[in-house]
Amino acid sequence: MTAAHTSPAPSATGAAQAPLLTVEGLTKHFPVRSGAFGRKAFVRAVDGIDFEVRPGETLGLVGESGCGKSTTGRLIARLLEPTGGRITFEGRDITHLRRRELRPLRQQLQIIFQDPYASLNPRHTVGKIVAMPLVVNGIDPPGGVKRRVQELLEIVGLNPEHYNRYPHEFSGGQRQRIGIARALALRPKLIVADEPVSALDVSIQAQIVNLLRDLQRDLGLAFVFIAHDLAVVRHFCQRVAVMYLGKIVEIGDRDDIYTRPRHPYTRALLSAVPEVTGSARERIRLVGDVPTPLDPPSGCRFRTRCWKAQDVCATQEPPLTSLGTGGRLVACHFPEVNGEAQ
Amino acid sequence: MAAAVVPEQRPESDPYLRVRDLRVWFDTEDGVVQAVDGLSFAVQRGRTLGIVGESGSGKSVTGLAVLGLHNAKRTHIEGEILVGGRNVVGMREEEVSRLRGRDMAMIFQDPLSALHPYYTVGRQIAEAYRVHHPRAGRRQAWERAVEMLARVGIPQPARRARQYPHEFSGGMRQRVMIAMALVNNPDLLIADEPTTALDVTVQAQILDLLADLQAEFHSAIILITHDLGVVSQVADDVLVMYAGRCVEHGSVEQVLRRPQHPYTWGLLSSVPSLHGDADADLLPIPGNPPSLIRVPSGCAFHPRCRYALRDGGPCDREVPALLPVAEPGHGVACHLPPDDRVAIYRRDVASVGVAR
Repeated sequence: MTAAHTSPAPSATGAAQAPLLTVEGLTKHFPVRSGAFGRKAFVRAVDGIDFEVRPGETLGLVGESGCGKSTTGRLIARLLEPTGGRITFEGRDITHLRRRELRPLRQQLQIIFQDPYASLNPRHTVGKIVAMPLVVNGIDPPGGVKRRVQELLEIVGLNPEHYNRYPHEFSGGQRQRIGIARALALRPKLIVADEPVSALDVSIQAQIVNLLRDLQRDLGLAFVFIAHDLAVVRHFCQRVAVMYLGKIVEIGDRDDIYTRPRHPYTRALLSAVPEVTGSARERIRLVGDVPTPLDPPSGCRFRTRCWKAQDVCATQEPPLTSLGTGGRLVACHFPEVNGEAQ
Repeated sequence: MAAAVVPEQRPESDPYLRVRDLRVWFDTEDGVVQAVDGLSFAVQRGRTLGIVGESGSGKSVTGLAVLGLHNAKRTHIEGEILVGGRNVVGMREEEVSRLRGRDMAMIFQDPLSALHPYYTVGRQIAEAYRVHHPRAGRRQAWERAVEMLARVGIPQPARRARQYPHEFSGGMRQRVMIAMALVNNPDLLIADEPTTALDVTVQAQILDLLADLQAEFHSAIILITHDLGVVSQVADDVLVMYAGRCVEHGSVEQVLRRPQHPYTWGLLSSVPSLHGDADADLLPIPGNPPSLIRVPSGCAFHPRCRYALRDGGPCDREVPALLPVAEPGHGVACHLPPDDRVAIYRRDVASVGVAR
């Protein structure tokens, strides 16, 4: 396989295209009651993030649990109502669309969930599940719904004759394929994939990652790929955004992020991944856990676990700024200079 | 059925745990589930054995069998499980529970469901101590609990001991579980996916902690996991399970760097890596893991094996015996001729995924 054939589109050509999805200052605060008097408090799950996804591009959102990556995915797919900020899809502001206005949007923008057991209705046959987006949107594809559904099942590597079976008759990997077929039914332009492979066994995980890569290539789909597994993201995404406590701390091209991380958190995260081959590697030991998003640290949110933190990190929040190399943005007062990952 | 070869690295020192020809099966409405089928291995004090495999390979069932945690009414267990020389199979429940917690302990994947939500963590750890130290007073047990919390790296242990499990984060809860498991200095610790529910940075902390504690307490550890990276970092020896059987065992170096079983190859080449060509396709294992009710005939892996039945081999008829290969301590259950396996690995596998 030649590198030229599979390598991601250079960002120079991509930049000429208008972005498919633009997210600006997006926030989501969940109200919770806390304290003895039931005072209202907010979980600041997503707290002002900006990024773009161009047509046919794959953006990975990575971070630890509670960093807001799944909430971000749900906000983009408009399964949640944003607290603030703006989401623009194909030049149209979709931040506060109503239920009825969302229906045409969902033809363009679909979501795949993590749990292939919980995201399929156990009482519906596979045929009905995959046909549902077509039926709901009143679409009658040429050749009929059944034929289109069987075509979709074939695309995702399932036997079209299994049209009349129920989800419980399939394994985890096959169920995830059903979820993917359903997401593809309306020929969307953007798919939000929320941990699509993390519930699967390793051998099955590779099958699904390869399937998604093929679909992305063949159908020119754009993806927002949410995952905690950095190695999976590396195999799927052209650009990567690293999140920590509701903020993006670093965003850039895959190779930049993985070989020369500039944010200390990115570097620590990469060094913590246990690798079969990684033996004589310097590992950065982060102390403690991620702080609560109810009351995030002042200034830079990572400072409580950062080995480089200075006084300024507690008082000033570092903005996401360009470091002058290939569209990479980093939010850190003291970015890594020669941040070799290994 | 061919008896499996026991992996014995150092015959001179007696292993603390020795499992011989273990069989575990359950009767269900759908038929007999043959969860473990003729498994043999040994673990010495101070060593860590990693048991890897996909869901349904029998790795957790093995761990539960060693601890005598299967429901005797519904589970059939055959074979021998020698813990410090005592056979757990067929032992009376009272005797097993005397061993459990004192001589052997377990760490589960999900500490939130393994800890009791109603009692403070200090009380739970103290209770685990008093069960096996009936003469210890409340106060002494409590002090021991606080000491253990400090040992596993929980800040302000005296204060945290009075808190409830829900007041701890995931990583801290797993530390509590480890403190409870180690409170009686067990000789054998079974950790079933101890870090699967944790984030990578916290996982790294817990794996470091386990390694430190092992050096200190010199216990034998069985680490059950699906994550080859974790195994490669923590374990000394590896046992790869497929459909209730051991398909390959040996040192980490042997199994992960010079693997000889096609299933191990498949696992290694399907795991994405942080290094190498990110655009190259992963090489997944085709198909799905088999049902343990209808295990394929012959080698259970043959329907998914790229190399099965080459030259009309016996893969679909005969169960391959686990035989030693050239290097001592390395065993493989595969019908392919050993020379072919080495050649195929070099040609097809060594350059893909994390195997590279």
